[in-house]
Amino acid sequence: MSSKTDTPRGKAAERRARTKPVWAEGLRRMYDEVVEEQLPDDFLSILKKLDQSSDNS
Amino acid sequence: MTTASAPANYDFRVELTRVLPHLRAFARGLCGRPDYADDLVQEAMLKAWAARDSFQPGTSMRSWTFVILRNVYLSEARRNRFRGDYDPDLAETLLSQPAGQEDGLHMGDLRSAMLRLSPERREALLLVGAGGFSYEEAADIAHCAVGTMKSRVARARRSLEEMMANEGANAVKNRPQSVSHTEILDELDRVANR
Repeated sequence: MSSKTDTPRGKAAERRARTKPVWAEGLRRMYDEVVEEQLPDDFLSILKKLDQSSDNS
Repeated sequence: MTTASAPANYDFRVELTRVLPHLRAFARGLCGRPDYADDLVQEAMLKAWAARDSFQPGTSMRSWTFVILRNVYLSEARRNRFRGDYDPDLAETLLSQPAGQEDGLHMGDLRSAMLRLSPERREALLLVGAGGFSYEEAADIAHCAVGTMKSRVARARRSLEEMMANEGANAVKNRPQSVSHTEILDELDRVANR
């Protein structure tokens, strides 16, 4: 942290440190990637079956 | 019966379907394994359906189902179906996944660091950092005080930062430390005695 900040690289690193750590973005990405995955069919077919069986009861 | 409940069931089903991808993301973050995670979500989905009459329309389906999923996860972990602690095979898989691109973030490092957090800190970070819940909502889901949630998130952040710094600095990633098992058991005891 005590390294020089007058180089372009140092400034960028400093700016990044002041905003959000890079892993915070990664955490979000980890979650969003799963959310965006196609939902496996069995989930929907189970739900459908549940819904139908409760209609018939 | 049928005529009165059918539209309500339909609405419930639509709403539940909409949050399923989020349940999968939360479950995968909690246990780290896609196959177990989907089992947990299916179990939670069945429980949610069975309890659908107690869902209040207009409230958050995502929060409501997260609570159910969390309970499923904790009881499964207690039953030891999976241990929720460090798994060398799993770490191997995660670490071999491609690194993040432009920002130089290694997603494998992040995943393995997440799994090395204590369960309650991991959960806090998943809810607030990944899922975007407010501290208040996250505290409701995890049945703790808002202040407790805030400190869990802060501590989780600090540990994660340290771990990520170490991963980068001296590449110790091939030998991650095991999660403290007592910490997990403490958490489970606390939940059981609630």
